[in-house]
Amino acid sequence: MYAARTTVAAAILLLTAGAGAAAEAPAGASSCTGCHAAGSGSAAMRALGGVAQTDIAEKMMAFKSGKLAATIMDRIAAGFSEDEIRAIAAWYAAQKP
Amino acid sequence: MRATRRSFLKGAAATMLPLPAFAQGTGPRVVVIGGGFAGASAARFLKRADPKINVTLAEPNRTFTSCPFSNHVIIGLRDPGAQQFGYDKVAADGVTLAYAAVTAVDAQKRSVTLADGTALPYDRLVMAPGIDIDWKALPGYDMNAAEVIPHAWKAGEQTLLLRAQLEAMPDGGKVLMSAPATPVRCPTAIYERASLIAYYLKSKKPKSKLIILDAKDSFSQQRNFQNAWKELYPDHLEWVSLSQGGNVTAVEVATRTLVTDFDNFEADVANVIPPQKAAAIAQAAGVADRTGWCPVEPLGFESLLVPNIHVIGDAAMTGAMPKAAFAANAQAKVCATAIAALLRGAKPAEPRLINTCYSLVAPDYGISFAEVFKPANNMLVDVENSGGSSAVDAPPAVRRLEAEFAEGWFKTITREVFG
Repeated sequence: MYAARTTVAAAILLLTAGAGAAAEAPAGASSCTGCHAAGSGSAAMRALGGVAQTDIAEKMMAFKSGKLAATIMDRIAAGFSEDEIRAIAAWYAAQKP
Repeated sequence: MRATRRSFLKGAAATMLPLPAFAQGTGPRVVVIGGGFAGASAARFLKRADPKINVTLAEPNRTFTSCPFSNHVIIGLRDPGAQQFGYDKVAADGVTLAYAAVTAVDAQKRSVTLADGTALPYDRLVMAPGIDIDWKALPGYDMNAAEVIPHAWKAGEQTLLLRAQLEAMPDGGKVLMSAPATPVRCPTAIYERASLIAYYLKSKKPKSKLIILDAKDSFSQQRNFQNAWKELYPDHLEWVSLSQGGNVTAVEVATRTLVTDFDNFEADVANVIPPQKAAAIAQAAGVADRTGWCPVEPLGFESLLVPNIHVIGDAAMTGAMPKAAFAANAQAKVCATAIAALLRGAKPAEPRLINTCYSLVAPDYGISFAEVFKPANNMLVDVENSGGSSAVDAPPAVRRLEAEFAEGWFKTITREVFG
């Protein structure tokens, strides 16, 4: 909990600081681009940079709860807490598209 | 040689440009050994984590040939060229490319020696050398034998040899595969390969049959694979488990015979997937233990045996993470972030990692396995109640979608690593 809140704080700091490409991604975020790589992807596997935080977070929470049907994201979302999901979403929202 | 120097200069220029004059040449040095999914990712993400780090990627080949999707090449569904990637974009990120094999690692002096004698000093070393075939593990199966009975577990010539043999085989032939005990590179790909070979036989040489002789009684996504085999390939694929006598104990090359404890199996085409270990340079550097693999800690993949050396990808022994391209890329990114932290005197943060493995049981029938990992007890373990296989009762539409996502994954990951 504490660590997750710190990473949220870090992500908000990053947002207010503007750029900062070297700022560390919150736990788990770097794995996402294995499928959702910048500058590529399809409608189903879209790049995450610059996507609204609420959009990413709500979809991940819906995958986690099973409200949104998925082939694989339900199994992945299940591995993250709500705080972790919000931190990851905030970080991607602050990245360049 | 000339191009090596050119790319070296290009890399040097790219690293110098954005730096203030006082910082020139004073940035920390990281050498990365191996330009596969793990090493090339690590090199690029080190530059991204901190452009001041001088990153050199040592890789003997100018072209990388991907193992993922090489099973499609084997059955003629994919052009071998679609598997190949160069390092131009990696160099453009400011990584210095040294197109040479590494012959020695001196952990005391923190220096890597290239085949031409060049010494590359490092503050941190990332080893991503991949696997070697363990040529001593299976009697009768040595490097010469592999020219007759391919392993095709390193993509390239071996992939094409197996393809040529399958193409030349008359209808009615018998194909044998032998599967080793784990750990090995991408164990699920064994069963993807078996599925796609069965698909090829069913559609092109329907009187032929594939038999898998396995040193195991169970494997990842077994229910999904076996259900699909029953449905799609009842006459073309037979799996012989360890307890059914599937353990191959020797190979007789002259007769293409695989020997088990109970029987001799003669093949028209044989594919031996032999036991493996971390590549020789990892053994020489002292980062591999008696298992042949390299134990690492879970925050930055630093070797548990030799300080300042990090091991990622197939050579590493991480706990629960399998040896697979997605995992290698995920490890590389965590490793790069951790090294950047260590070089500025900070402690690496606690990571989470994901692995996703897609397998095709037919070109339009995909299944997947996903896992989320966290550090515990100095290794990586699965996060509780997460991950798992595609639903066993998934409808055909989902199988088709997962086949599409498998191709989508290959496009995105190769773009992130090489594009």
